[in-house]
Amino acid sequence: MTMNAAAGTEAGGSVQSAAGTGAGAPVVLDSLSRSFGAVRALDGLSLNIAPGELVALLGPSGCGKTTALRIVAGFEYADSGKVTVDGRDVSPVPAAKRDMGMVFQSYSLFPNMTALDNVAFGLRMRKIGAGERTKRATALLDMVGLAPQARQYPHQLSGGQQQRVALARALAIEPRVLLLDEPLSALDAKVRLQLREQIRTLQQRLGTTTLFVTHDQEEALSMADRVGVMKDGRLEQIAAPSELYSTPATAFVAEFVGTMSRIPGNYSGGDEVTVFGRDVPVHGEHASVSAGEVDVLVRPEGLTVEAVAGGNGIVTDRTFLGSLTRLSVLLSGDIAVKVDKTSTAATELLPGTSVQVSIPGTEPVLIAERA
Amino acid sequence: MATVATAERTTPVRGPAARRRSWPVWRWAILLIAAVYFGIPLYAGLKFAGFKAFTQVTSYPQFGSAFALSLRLALIATVLTLVLMVPTTVYVHLRLPRIRRAMEAITILPIVIPPIVLIIGVLKVAPGFLISTPDLLGLEYVILAMPFAYRSLDSGLRSFDVKTLVEASNSLGAGWPTTLWRVVIPNLRTAILSATVLTVALVLGEYTMASLDNFQTFPVWIVNFEQNSGNVSVAASLLALFVTWLLLMLIVTLGSRTARRRGGAEVTLFSVGTRQITPTVGEAE
Amino acid sequence: MAEVATAAAAPEAQATRARPGPLTRIVRSALRWLGVLPFGVYVALGLGAPTVAIAIAAFQGSNNNAATLSNMDAAVHGTYLTGLENSLELSLVCAILPGIFGLLIAYAIFTAKRGNVLRRVVITASGVFANFGGVPLAFLFIASLSTTGVVTGWISSAHIWNPSDLYDVRGIFLAYLYFQIPLMVLIVLPALEGLRPAWREAAHNMGASNWQYWRYVGGPVLFPSFLGCLLLLFGTSLSAYATAEALTGGTVSLISIQIGALLNGNVIAGQENLGYALGLIMIVIIAVVMILYTFVQRRAARWLR
Repeated sequence: MTMNAAAGTEAGGSVQSAAGTGAGAPVVLDSLSRSFGAVRALDGLSLNIAPGELVALLGPSGCGKTTALRIVAGFEYADSGKVTVDGRDVSPVPAAKRDMGMVFQSYSLFPNMTALDNVAFGLRMRKIGAGERTKRATALLDMVGLAPQARQYPHQLSGGQQQRVALARALAIEPRVLLLDEPLSALDAKVRLQLREQIRTLQQRLGTTTLFVTHDQEEALSMADRVGVMKDGRLEQIAAPSELYSTPATAFVAEFVGTMSRIPGNYSGGDEVTVFGRDVPVHGEHASVSAGEVDVLVRPEGLTVEAVAGGNGIVTDRTFLGSLTRLSVLLSGDIAVKVDKTSTAATELLPGTSVQVSIPGTEPVLIAERA
Repeated sequence: MATVATAERTTPVRGPAARRRSWPVWRWAILLIAAVYFGIPLYAGLKFAGFKAFTQVTSYPQFGSAFALSLRLALIATVLTLVLMVPTTVYVHLRLPRIRRAMEAITILPIVIPPIVLIIGVLKVAPGFLISTPDLLGLEYVILAMPFAYRSLDSGLRSFDVKTLVEASNSLGAGWPTTLWRVVIPNLRTAILSATVLTVALVLGEYTMASLDNFQTFPVWIVNFEQNSGNVSVAASLLALFVTWLLLMLIVTLGSRTARRRGGAEVTLFSVGTRQITPTVGEAE
Repeated sequence: MAEVATAAAAPEAQATRARPGPLTRIVRSALRWLGVLPFGVYVALGLGAPTVAIAIAAFQGSNNNAATLSNMDAAVHGTYLTGLENSLELSLVCAILPGIFGLLIAYAIFTAKRGNVLRRVVITASGVFANFGGVPLAFLFIASLSTTGVVTGWISSAHIWNPSDLYDVRGIFLAYLYFQIPLMVLIVLPALEGLRPAWREAAHNMGASNWQYWRYVGGPVLFPSFLGCLLLLFGTSLSAYATAEALTGGTVSLISIQIGALLNGNVIAGQENLGYALGLIMIVIIAVVMILYTFVQRRAARWLR
């Protein structure tokens, strides 16, 4: 359990001297598999995390993201595959000796200790003297903005405050890797947003390699350097948030990240699909899609809508989102789509208006089996 | 990202968590000692009594009257307990929620006042006509049963949103009696059954108050007949234990079934959470 | 009661429209309390009156009902003092030993998964055994350990048990363990389960070993509940009467037995008030125990949520 005495050279950061060493370690997940009885929770998950990177694992519940995280932490074992940190295989290393900081979903602070003692706990386990412990723990609480609450007990703190203490506790041991298990899910919206920023800022400042698990796509997209979308124990796609959004590799990723409408189209087997009467280029994984009737996946900003009498659809609902208004349109054939339009241009498009929805055709689209 | 050759990885990686799968020896040792300690008296009882004693139990003099008396008292106590506690608990839950803590404190009192002390107090204040009948015991057993009954009903009421259902029922036009009968009580079936079973088990095993009141209920009979035949007393005891066990199994099964519907909580006869306790039936007689 | 509720509900519906006069409000709030009247009366008669009677009689002379402290005085001297001491000692031992052993058993099973067979068996068995008290228990022990007992036969050669010990405090102690241990298992298990796995994992994550986890987190958090359980065991043991009575025929020197002896009508008249005095002492002791219990439980609840 060596303290990471790295020559943490990061620009600026005087705050760092309290806890940050600056350099996170590279983490490699290599073909991790794990089954619980008949259920295959992880199916050969492989992932490379660069030093100092924040990778988010995103997916619905049951996709295996938490299992993967717990394997990295050492609370679960993998049936096969291994985890490497800084080139060293940590699979046989017990959790207590892995030198990773973990923030749990909720209520993980030791209830019988003050915030300060909680944060200092890891240091105490590393046999650091009381004076030094207090100094470092106080600095960390300061970093998360909770220095005045140092002597309070967890039950006296709000949910958001508790998670900040938990974060400080995890960072106190100057971990090479930081693991976050849906740390914001139990908090309410406003607190969640504040904490999101705080976590990201701290993580970047300290340069700790971070693996973050969540089912909230907004969280993942706004915080991570790269996002890995998981389904049924496998990684569907891992890419930077913008790439994930604009060029989703599969239909699952496309519909999980952001909103997608499904529109019937005709696919001839090549590189183009016919929808709304025009041929549009296709991208992404479509090798498994057979020719014939398919569903075309388009984002709300990828469609155009105009008020036209006798058009191909009727507006059923509208949601004001600020500069944009999102219109729900029912097309002939009972197809529901969502189309975005600037609010100023959408003023007359009230529910019941007859409209014409169309697609520009310049941007490639994704196709999937007809649902 | 490319899959590494799996040939090297066929053996499961033994991580730290894997170690927790097998049970350390000391746990088995403790459970074994416990099993022996609890099994031996049962075995001894069976051996001591002998098979014949079991068949003789019912034919023994005064067995019939003693058992009948116990059953009668159980009936009185149960009916009174339900009639008293069900409406009260529902009423408090719905209309006087502020006194719930007081209720919990009051229903703990029968534990604070042990049966041995309670009965001497009762015998001092009870009017003559009551003392001469065994039914006085039936009345007092309601007090003894109160802690279990209240807790059982209270936790039953907490398990579903009574207030909303009652309001819904009222808004649909049902009056109070109908609401109680058709909406509240059916949802309390398990709790009521639990309370009943606990009361019955309590009465059938109650010795302290009955013996000081000088009435020969079943447990009193068992003790009185020890002089004549130890075997039969032991046999009767085992039978009594067996019946109690059946009754308790009933509660546990009922409880588990509802718990499974509600989401898998495990059922014990206790819940030590905030201030709740439910004492046992056996010695608190 | 249903009618009362209806009566209370109807005017309440109108209450939103006009502010009722003070008299109506008083009447209405009185009517509200009517619902618990039957319960209140029953408890007052069945529990309150006897208790008050005991409290008064404890301070009255047996012959002339004059106020006196002689009963209370006698209650804490001589054989009655011995009885009290024996009871307290027995209850203490019957709280601590089953407390520890019960905790070990509970710990042995609580780490098993929910549906584990052994775990379910132990919990059910505990529920059953915790309710084996009183008379049947006494007879099972007679069957095992009396002069003609089955177990006595087995161990007589080893000279570790004298059958006559059964009828004295030692035998009673063994018998009490029979329901105290399972009782402990049942009441401590929820507390153990209140220990969140996240705490253990966080501790390991911070570098703590199993022992360190228990020392710094698990132990301290569990302690109030453990103490509460011990208090409950203490109270149960102190109140117990039937087992000891059935086992010893009223000859052993315990406070509950002594009360019974003074008031079961087979003893010289004129001593009853002494019995009431003893009863009052018992009530006071157990009341103190229960008050401590509620304090301890409140602390436990704060942490174990």
